[in-house]
Amino acid sequence: METLEAILAQHPFFDRLEQRYLDLLVGCASNVRFDARQFILREGEEANHFYLIRHGKVALEIFAGHRGPITVETLEDGDIVGWSWLFPPYRWRFDARAVEITRAIALDGKCLRTKSEQDHDLGYELLKRFARIVEERLQATRLQLLDVYEVRS
Amino acid sequence: MVALMPPPMVASAQHPMVPRPYTVCGVRRETYDTFTLELGSEHAAEFAFAAGQFNMLYVFGVGEVPISISGNPTQPNVLIHTTREVGAVTRAMRQLSAGDVLGVRGPFGSHWPVEEAAGADVVIVAGGIGLAPLRPALYHILAHRERYGNVILLYGTRTPADILYKKELKQWEAGLRLPVHITVDRAAGAWRGSVGVVTTLIPRASFDPRNTVAMVCGPEVMMRFTARELEKRGVKPENIYVSMERNMKCAVGFCGHCQLGPTFICKDGPVFRWSRIEPLIAVREI
Repeated sequence: METLEAILAQHPFFDRLEQRYLDLLVGCASNVRFDARQFILREGEEANHFYLIRHGKVALEIFAGHRGPITVETLEDGDIVGWSWLFPPYRWRFDARAVEITRAIALDGKCLRTKSEQDHDLGYELLKRFARIVEERLQATRLQLLDVYEVRS
Repeated sequence: MVALMPPPMVASAQHPMVPRPYTVCGVRRETYDTFTLELGSEHAAEFAFAAGQFNMLYVFGVGEVPISISGNPTQPNVLIHTTREVGAVTRAMRQLSAGDVLGVRGPFGSHWPVEEAAGADVVIVAGGIGLAPLRPALYHILAHRERYGNVILLYGTRTPADILYKKELKQWEAGLRLPVHITVDRAAGAWRGSVGVVTTLIPRASFDPRNTVAMVCGPEVMMRFTARELEKRGVKPENIYVSMERNMKCAVGFCGHCQLGPTFICKDGPVFRWSRIEPLIAVREI
């Protein structure tokens, strides 16, 4: 049976994170499992966690009235779900739903915010990692917005 | 790492400016705006070509357009092109039916480095209709699967309705040890696959970047971002190949319509090493 600490240490998001920080993070982490089609988080609800996907696939969705839910991105093994817990008003801006059975580690955002305020080095380390993901997703979204496959005759 | 030779041009035995009559054997709709033409000729028993080359297809009385060959190089008795309805010629082409005749010049241009890639992992990245020029390379690689390491197809399209060769993709994945990862830029409804741009598949793909040859085809901006992502993974720019598209007219380097700096896309390309073409496409004035 793998310990939470070992799982966190192996996850790409925490690659080469110092042991003392891993020790702190374990106290905020728990194993979670979602069935296919199960909501992980819903737009407007309080954002108290983020998730490290271990196995599975998660769709980020926006519910668009009569068009129903529109998937804007899918996330898979090794990806992170959720950063609204980092910034006020701490509310989710999207829905996230498991496309298939998904196993993840949930990290308590309130717990991490408190620990980051107490230890700014930890906070900086976490923000650097989140900033990189935000940058990668921003670049991908820009490319998506270009609609490069559109026919221009 | 295998030593990669520059892709040579395969010359046509026929006079390159004279179209040969080919008969339409079939027209198959692939998606709402793409179709596949199957051509045969009683004059030429076989049509030898290399994966990645293109032909000039002439709809008599309408015009001539360059179209990549998307058939199987080991089955040269039938000439196959998949294309999209984007202008007067391809719209007229779509109206053709079995028994109609059109003109063919070719094959022209450089090819995918399928022989040089033997012994290496092969990452094939297609965007939209860009899967069509890559299909001959896939046929070749799958016919000689044992010569290669990991082979993987990463394919991005606009929506699930734009996915080409759906049946064949399933067959390749199921029976021919070819992992196929498809992602779409936008999806709603029943789609349970990946959503996101094709570049997001690269960090997740299983290959050894130090011993990988990548073949990329799609819109130019997609190829640019894909090449950058491959480089970020550690693939050398000289091991990344892209297929370029320009306004090709003569197809033999006479007219200059497809000139890009010191190169002619029709004659020196369409397949180029990324390390050679990147500095040229970075110059906006050319």
